[in-house]
Amino acid sequence: MIEALGVRAIRGGVEVLRGITLKAGRGEVLAIIGPTGSGKTTLLRILDLLDPPDGGRVLFDGVDLSEDERARFLARRRMAMVFQKPTIFNLSVEKNVAYGLSMRGVSGPLARHRVRSILREVGLSGYENRRPSSLSGGEAQRVALARALVTEPDLLLLDEATANLDPRTAETIEDLIRKAVRREIAVVMATHDLDQARRLADRVAVLMGGSLVGLGSPVEIFETPGSEEVARFVRRRSGW
Amino acid sequence: MDEITAGLAKAVELILALDPAVVEITARSLAIAITSTTIAAGIAVPIGGLIHFHNFRGKRAVVNLIQTLYSLPTVTVGLVVFLLLSRSGPFGSLGLLFTPAGMVVGQTVLISPIMIGLTIAALSGVGPAVRDSALSLGASRFQAIQTIMGEAKAAMMAAVLLGFGRALSEVGVAMMIGGNIRGHTRVLTTAIALETSRGEIELSMALGIILVSISLLVNLLVNRVQGNWWT
Amino acid sequence: MKEISHRTSAFALIAALLCTAAAAEDRAGEGERELLRISTTTSLYDTLLLDEMEDIFEEMYDVDVRTVSGGTGIAIERAVKGDADLILVHDAERERKFIEDGYGLSRTCFAYNYFIIVGPEDDPAGITGLNASDAMRAIMVHGMDNPGEVKFVSRGDDSGTHAREKLLWNKAGFNYSEISTSGASWYVEAGQPMGQTLLMTSEMEAYTLCDTSTFAAFRSDLDLVPLIESDEFLINVYAAIPVSPTVYPETNCEMAKNFINFLVSDEGQDLIAEYGTETIGKPLFNAARGNCDIIGCSGDEGVIPLADDVCSRALA
Repeated sequence: MIEALGVRAIRGGVEVLRGITLKAGRGEVLAIIGPTGSGKTTLLRILDLLDPPDGGRVLFDGVDLSEDERARFLARRRMAMVFQKPTIFNLSVEKNVAYGLSMRGVSGPLARHRVRSILREVGLSGYENRRPSSLSGGEAQRVALARALVTEPDLLLLDEATANLDPRTAETIEDLIRKAVRREIAVVMATHDLDQARRLADRVAVLMGGSLVGLGSPVEIFETPGSEEVARFVRRRSGW
Repeated sequence: MDEITAGLAKAVELILALDPAVVEITARSLAIAITSTTIAAGIAVPIGGLIHFHNFRGKRAVVNLIQTLYSLPTVTVGLVVFLLLSRSGPFGSLGLLFTPAGMVVGQTVLISPIMIGLTIAALSGVGPAVRDSALSLGASRFQAIQTIMGEAKAAMMAAVLLGFGRALSEVGVAMMIGGNIRGHTRVLTTAIALETSRGEIELSMALGIILVSISLLVNLLVNRVQGNWWT
Repeated sequence: MKEISHRTSAFALIAALLCTAAAAEDRAGEGERELLRISTTTSLYDTLLLDEMEDIFEEMYDVDVRTVSGGTGIAIERAVKGDADLILVHDAERERKFIEDGYGLSRTCFAYNYFIIVGPEDDPAGITGLNASDAMRAIMVHGMDNPGEVKFVSRGDDSGTHAREKLLWNKAGFNYSEISTSGASWYVEAGQPMGQTLLMTSEMEAYTLCDTSTFAAFRSDLDLVPLIESDEFLINVYAAIPVSPTVYPETNCEMAKNFINFLVSDEGQDLIAEYGTETIGKPLFNAARGNCDIIGCSGDEGVIPLADDVCSRALA
């Protein structure tokens, strides 16, 4: 589905991604873990084709789109990303959730039906006419997730999507992610909740200081970490 | 203070009696200012958008220049447009000098910079997160711009209303281009100047109060669209 | 309620500022030179004749002369409000009313010149050679027939020049207020000072009534020529009136009297008669001295110094 090959990124003269190679396929959840500032968000933005890499290549369905803006746009229409700090447009909740559909020319009763059912799934039934300013942080995060899921993307990118949520809501969201994966979509999620990574991920990538220091199944990463560095990180963070 | 009280009383009297001259001048002021604001908005919003959404060499300099033009003295605009529209000027054959249409031209020149500048500020105020969210949800470049403009709607509306306020309250262009001709180009500000020079202080006050009331209303509208009503 | 309290506090603030400014002004006056406040019309002020006379007068009496100018309407209005000690204007009718209403002490003529009717060189209304009232009639007749070709621009601002224009229409046999309210397109009411009115007249290739001094000052920017000059109906007399100390006891009546007596002195009259010769080659004004009958300033309105006790007598 999506593949990074030796991706490098330079921000403000500093190399924040140092040659990352990883991929996520259909029906798979890839969790990216690592300390704050390790480059998780930068990597997600590059995978979402929002920012070009400063080195290396990004392949979408095996094709390098760096030269073709139109193709990137069409690829982006098959993805959706939820940012760490959700930006809810100054429209009603219903219009926010319908945004991706209306960008694709889908409107009318069909769009309304899909918006309504996705809102039910994220536990926001009856919120259709609410304004963004009246939403709590957790509610805004769920609107952002609904807005991404309603487009039924092939690739879902989540940047700390449950970070601001209470445990019960976070659980609902995790269920939604599992359900989405059953539709054979690829999910790449950056998280600092190591338990969540264990629960959800099929594979875990460990990012430290812009380098990929570990990549494997949750069992491999959490129970037999390949290096002292990774071991220290996963133990400390999950309290072992 | 007697004068001010008397002026207030007279103003209320003229307004309540719907004095034909006062009504006519007020209506003309509004019509001219609304026309020039509409035209200026038609110019300023696309230009502001073009400048904001394109990166080019000298962009900062252009924005700085526009901001400098905010404080363009109205008499300077009046003089330049006067020379352009004058019989011996390049556009003299259009016959716009001393006509309401000429005043619209002058006011449009006067308020366009502030409206372009505030449009750019309004769009910049939206922030890159809106663009990123729009693109990541499948918006095309053009659709993303539409979304950003939608998010900036309130601030752009405020820019338009500020332009309107400046057009309505300026006197330099109205006097020099319009010429304060009775029944033709006399508007609130030039009528105030005239009545003061005539020594008709009370009438002048009355017209001033109408002007201030309209400006107050416009400001309340600005506050309302910005969402901080009475705060 | 909130709106009302905002307004009230705004007025209170403005009032406080005005009071502070007034107090500061008072303090500045104490222990300094005496002050003479003159309110005059632009046609006199813009020629800079007053500047020259002020400089001499300030030295003679060690006084600070401050002159403000405007149309005759506002020039008189300032004096009515007590904001001037002396007015120098050119509208006999309103001057007499000012005195009758008790605001002014006496009228002294000190200078005169002529209004002129100016217009485009090709003179589409054919007024050249006519007297003033026939010229006005011709402009009106041609203007009504062909408003695209013949227009008259009026000051329309209750200035002295505007007052004279009204008089001319009446002399020509028309009712001024009918013309003014007819909305006819040949008659354009500018509502602006003389200079701006001249520029507008030039742009419109129209006719207007003008004082000679302002015309001389703007002439180089205008496509206009004087068509009617030195007509007896066009005599423009400047008069000086001290504000009465009975209405405003704090007015500087003594100094106003001194200034008038300087205007009518030989030195003052010589200055008036010569002013402009150096700069534009001919005088801008005629001294009133010796011409009182021509300009209709008989008796004590003539070029006679005011009595020394004119102020104290007014008070008593």
